[in-house]
Amino acid sequence: MTHVLDPDALSDDARALSVPLPPYRDVTRSDSAFRAFLHGLPGVDQVGAEARVAQLGTRSIKTTSKAWAIDTAISMVDLTTLEGADTPGKVRSLAAKALRPDPTDPTCPRVAAVCVYGDLAGVAREALGNSGVHVAAVATAFPSGRASRAVKLADVRDAVQNGADEIDMVIDRGAFLAGRYLEVYEEIVAVKEACGDAHLKVILETGELVTLDNVRRASWIAMLAGGDFIKTSTGKVSPAATLPVALVMLEAVRDFRAATGRQVGFKPAGGIRTTKDAVKHLVLINETVGPDWLDPDWFRFGASSLLNDLLLQRQKLRTGHYSGPDYVSVD
Amino acid sequence: MIGNDRLAVRKTYKLYVNGAFPRSESGRTYEVTDAKGHFLANAARASRKDARDAVVAARAAFPKWSGATAYNRGQVLYRVAEVMEGRHVQFCEEVAAGEGLSSSKARAAVDAAIDRWVWYAGWTDKLAAVLGGANPVAGPYFDFSTPEPTGVVAVLAPQQSSLLGLVSVLAPVLATGNTAVVVTSKDRPLPAVTLAEVLATSDVPGGVANLLTGDAEELGTWLAEHADVDGIDLTGAPPKRAMEFEREAAGTIKRVVRPPATEPDWTADPGLTRMTPFLETKTVWHPMGV
Repeated sequence: MTHVLDPDALSDDARALSVPLPPYRDVTRSDSAFRAFLHGLPGVDQVGAEARVAQLGTRSIKTTSKAWAIDTAISMVDLTTLEGADTPGKVRSLAAKALRPDPTDPTCPRVAAVCVYGDLAGVAREALGNSGVHVAAVATAFPSGRASRAVKLADVRDAVQNGADEIDMVIDRGAFLAGRYLEVYEEIVAVKEACGDAHLKVILETGELVTLDNVRRASWIAMLAGGDFIKTSTGKVSPAATLPVALVMLEAVRDFRAATGRQVGFKPAGGIRTTKDAVKHLVLINETVGPDWLDPDWFRFGASSLLNDLLLQRQKLRTGHYSGPDYVSVD
Repeated sequence: MIGNDRLAVRKTYKLYVNGAFPRSESGRTYEVTDAKGHFLANAARASRKDARDAVVAARAAFPKWSGATAYNRGQVLYRVAEVMEGRHVQFCEEVAAGEGLSSSKARAAVDAAIDRWVWYAGWTDKLAAVLGGANPVAGPYFDFSTPEPTGVVAVLAPQQSSLLGLVSVLAPVLATGNTAVVVTSKDRPLPAVTLAEVLATSDVPGGVANLLTGDAEELGTWLAEHADVDGIDLTGAPPKRAMEFEREAAGTIKRVVRPPATEPDWTADPGLTRMTPFLETKTVWHPMGV
């Protein structure tokens, strides 16, 4: 997309339009302007969104299409471990699995990234080296985000220094729900700056945002602030990644690219456990934002148990008989 | 007042998987007739995906069922016999219609089936004493062996004896602490459906026993090849396919019970032969100390 306009060149009539024209430089000039912009976004028809995603369950993806979907989904997985009990040993074994998800089959693709807490990013980096599998680290007082900005930024810098090339931050849901949108925006801008070259994924924690309208607003805040990815959830709150939420966020990234020319990635995380769920997401992407997003650079699954199910389905397609949990690693 | 003009309630039975009664994923059903060919009911015709779901359910149910004390398992199974007794009349009607037996012979078959269930329920806490025990070894060790359940067992139930035969192959699998995926007699599935209703209303946890009505010839190959099935009882397998199923089962070194040449007389004393194939022997060497 190319039609990026200089806001200074806009006529007064254009300024009066309800949807501001790109590049939105003026919408963040004050709290009230930002609120007016965000509340001016079109409302989400919740029933319509649910009806739309309900259709996905009626599809049947078979044989070669299914094989393609499984391999694509594996290459999009952010293999995640975010437990208090994580150890360097566990991260190393996860890294080994990321590099060779199915040791019995060398044609199985690698996953996109390993996602860990910031203090273990160094271990993951050491294990993954220059393999091309990224190291993602959660930061900014994940998962609650309840810390001062100085602490959050220090958390981000620490993770980047440890070798993370992708940072998953959480937004301040308290500020968002209280209506202090500009504060949320400025925090993301500050984190993005602290990331340096690392990619920034912004976690909205949609399970705490209550409405789909809020999901759309938070998506726009994150994209306007420079997030490279928007991500649904931490995985610590239920509900996590649901399909209606995914639909709304995908429409947001689609609209944002149409308006500004900048493409933002999308990462659903939490609650995606089966191959069927993953395939539904792939179909939803293809039909909402198009094949441009069907790439690990633009779409990721945040998951831990999903990978094993994908591998079991892959083995079923390869061997012709059902596999079992004894034939994949225990994470 | 209900006259003879009352509309018949025609039944369409479903599968029993994970403690629930789902339709077949495939949506297929088939007509079940009595021995003379008259329509009895519609039954769900299970597909390979139903078998897959049943194996997942049986695997999930295995830790709790195998971890229950033998005494508790015995009580739960005895409770099943109690509920069967309450359904005695229904079982008799279904066995008589399906197998073409007189009512007295059907009653004898149902009595034998319930007695057989009680008999296996009694075995749960005696197996360890009979099949295990202390081993005399050279060295300062207390060495003992105990029987442990194998895991998920697929059972192709007998095609002829629809209740006594079914109980005779299912009860030993459950009594030993395994969980079961059963493919019932294809032409005579109704006593199995009623047994599923009995299991659902007794204390057997969901997923421990899963009953699929349908064709053993179709489902057998998927269960025999399934990598998450630990044993398979081929009693009800079609004779022409049994060897093929056995070969497929060898791919994942399953325990296999071979089908008899002809269906045996189920009223005979079963002995331990149907329990031992699905038990592993665990031997522990315990240092005696000083």
